[in-house]
Amino acid sequence: MLKIVKRPEGSHRRETLMRVSAVFFALVASAVIMALLGYNPFLVYAKIVEGSLMSAYRFRETIHKTIPLVVLSLGIAVAFKMKFWNIGAEGQLYMGAFGAALVAYSLPTLPSPLLLAFMMLVGAVFGGLWALIPALLKLKFSTSETLVTLMLNYIAIKWVSYLQYGPWKDPNGIGFPKMAAFSSGAVLPKVFGIHIGWIIALVLVVVIHILLKKSKLGYEIAVLGESDTTARYAGMSVAKITVTAVLISGGLCGLAGMMQASGIERTLNDQLSGGLGFTAVITCWLARLSAPAVVLVSFLFSVLIQGGAYLQSSMKIPSAVAGVLQGIILFFVLGSEFFIQYSVVFQKKKSAGEVHDA
Amino acid sequence: MNGFLNSLELFLQVSAQMGTHVLFATLGAIMGEKVGHLNLGVEGMMLMGASFGFSVAYQTGNPLLAVLAAALAGGVGALIYAFITVTLRGNQVVTGLVLTIFGTGVSGMIGKSISGLALPDSITAAFAAKAIPVLSDIPVIGKMLFDQSIYVQMALVTAVIVYVYLNKTSIGLNTRMVGENPAAADASGIGVTLYKYSNIVAGGCLCGIGGAFLSLVYVPSWQDGITAGAGWIAVALVIFATWNPIRAIAGAYLFGALRGVGFKLQGGIPFLGGVVISSQLLDMLPYLVTILVLVFIGLRKKKENQPPKNLGNPYFREER
Repeated sequence: MLKIVKRPEGSHRRETLMRVSAVFFALVASAVIMALLGYNPFLVYAKIVEGSLMSAYRFRETIHKTIPLVVLSLGIAVAFKMKFWNIGAEGQLYMGAFGAALVAYSLPTLPSPLLLAFMMLVGAVFGGLWALIPALLKLKFSTSETLVTLMLNYIAIKWVSYLQYGPWKDPNGIGFPKMAAFSSGAVLPKVFGIHIGWIIALVLVVVIHILLKKSKLGYEIAVLGESDTTARYAGMSVAKITVTAVLISGGLCGLAGMMQASGIERTLNDQLSGGLGFTAVITCWLARLSAPAVVLVSFLFSVLIQGGAYLQSSMKIPSAVAGVLQGIILFFVLGSEFFIQYSVVFQKKKSAGEVHDA
Repeated sequence: MNGFLNSLELFLQVSAQMGTHVLFATLGAIMGEKVGHLNLGVEGMMLMGASFGFSVAYQTGNPLLAVLAAALAGGVGALIYAFITVTLRGNQVVTGLVLTIFGTGVSGMIGKSISGLALPDSITAAFAAKAIPVLSDIPVIGKMLFDQSIYVQMALVTAVIVYVYLNKTSIGLNTRMVGENPAAADASGIGVTLYKYSNIVAGGCLCGIGGAFLSLVYVPSWQDGITAGAGWIAVALVIFATWNPIRAIAGAYLFGALRGVGFKLQGGIPFLGGVVISSQLLDMLPYLVTILVLVFIGLRKKKENQPPKNLGNPYFREER
C-alpha cells in the first residue's frame, strides 16, 4: 500500500536538484505540446533566450522587468513570512505609483534628488497604507486578508483609471485619455542604461534578508507566522508586529510602483503594472520567501516574459505561447514541492492472516 | 408610467444578459469553495471555455457540442488545479494564479485561429433570445426571465440545481462537511479526495460555460481577454452571495445592471443634485461592496453566512 510520509528536513542540495529537474521536465512537456501544435520547440526556446539576453538592449529590457518583480517579491515575502497572505501587491504598486505621481505633479521644479526621494517616500507610504487596510480589518473583524487584498487590487487600478480618464487627464493629450509626462527631474536616472532601481533593488535584497533572518522583528514575524498563540504567550504584541510587517510589505510594493512610474513609464497610467503584482506572488512563493533566491527566480521569469514578447515579433508565434510555457513550468515546480516535502513509501499491506497470527 | 415600466423591463432584461457569464462563474467558484478550495484560476478557466467553445461552435455548428467543449476546457483547467492542490497539496492561491496565466495563454493560442470569425447561423439561431408566449408578458420580470437566450435561462436553472444539490441532498451535505471539517468527514467515511476533485472539476466546467456565454452569445466572436476580469468579479460575488447559489443570482444580475448603466452612460451618471459619477468609480463598486460584506460577516458571526471553515487550508490525512 502506498503511504505518504513527511520528509525530515532535507538537504539543501537535494531540494535544489528536485526543483531543477522539475523545470527540466516542464521544458520537456512543453516541448511535446509545442511540437503537437506544430511549432519547433527548440527554435522557440532559442528565440526566448535570444529575445531576452542576446543584445544589450534586450538584456536591459529583461532587467527592467526583473527590478519590480524583485522589489514586489521582497515585499510579499515579509507578509508571507507572517502567514499574512498579501496578494494585494498589484494594488499597493498602483497606490505607490499614485503617491509618486501626486508628488511629481505638485512639485515639478524641486531639485531632482530631493524630488525623487520625496516621490519614493510618498510612494512607499501610500503602498504601506493601502496594505494596512486589510491588516486592520483582519485584526478588528478577522476578515480574510487574502480576499480583502485581492479586492483592493481592483479598487486601486480603477482609481488610477478614474484619474486617467477624469481629473488628471492631460488637456494637451488631443483627446487621448493619458496623463501628462513627469518633469525630467522626476525621472529616475540611469546607470549602465538601466534606471537606478536595480541598485535600490539589490540593496533591498540585503536589507530584507537581514531583516528576516537576523533581526528581532524578523524573528517576531516568523514566530507570529507559526502561531499567534505562541507569539502572545511570549509577550509579543500581535497588533504591533502585524502593522509593522504589513507597512514594510506594502511600502516595498508601493516603492516598486514609484519606480515603474518614474523609471519606465515616466507618467502614471492604469497599465503600468500589467499583472506584475500577481506574478510576484508566484516568484516570491517559488523563491520560498528567501531574499537571495527572489533575485534568481525573478530574473528567470523576466527572461520568459521578455522572450515571450520577442516570439511574437520575430516568429509570428503568438506571445500567448509564452504564457502557456510559464503555466506549464509553474505547474511542474508547484507539483515538485510535494516530492520535496513528502516521500511516498511502499508499505507491505498486512494480510488478514498475519494480523490473526499476531 | 407605461414608458417607465417598459424601460424597467428592458433594463432588467439587459442586466440578466450582462450578468450571465459571471453567474455561471460564481456558481463554479462556490462549488470549489464549498469543499475548501479557493481557486483564483476562474478567469483562466473562463477564457479557456470561451476559446474552446467558440472554436468547436465554429467547426461543428452544433450548439450543444460547443457548450460541452467549453465545459470540458474549464473542467480540464480545474482538474490540473485539483491535482496540484488536493493530491500534491500545493498552495491554492499560487496554483490558482498560475492557472489564470496558463488559461489566458491557452486561450490566446486558440484565439489566433478564430479571431475575426463569425459563428455559423445554427449557433446564433440556437442562442438567440426567444420570447415565450404569455410568460414573457408577465409585468416587470417577464422579459427578464422569459424573453431571453436559452443560455441565460440555463444559468438560472443551474443556480437552482447547485442550491438544491448543496442544501437539500445528502451528497451536498457531505460536500459541505468536507469544506467545514475534512478530518471529521474523513472519519465518518466520506471520501474527501473524491468529493474535492468532483466539486472542483464541476465548478471548473461551470466557469468554462460562463466564459463561452461571452464568445457564443453576448459578443459573439473571439477577442483576446474577452472576459475582461469577470473571473475576479466572480470571486468577489461568491462572498457577496455569502456562498449561497440563489443569492449569487441577485449578485450577478446586480453586477450586470451596473455594467449596463456604465455602458449606457459612458460620460458619467448624473446623480442627485447633478453630481456625476464616472464609470470607473462605478466599476469599483462590486469590490468595495465585497469588502463591506466581508466585514459584515466578520461582525455578525452568524453561522450560515460564514465562509467554509477550512477554505484555503490543505487537508493532510496523515496529520489528522
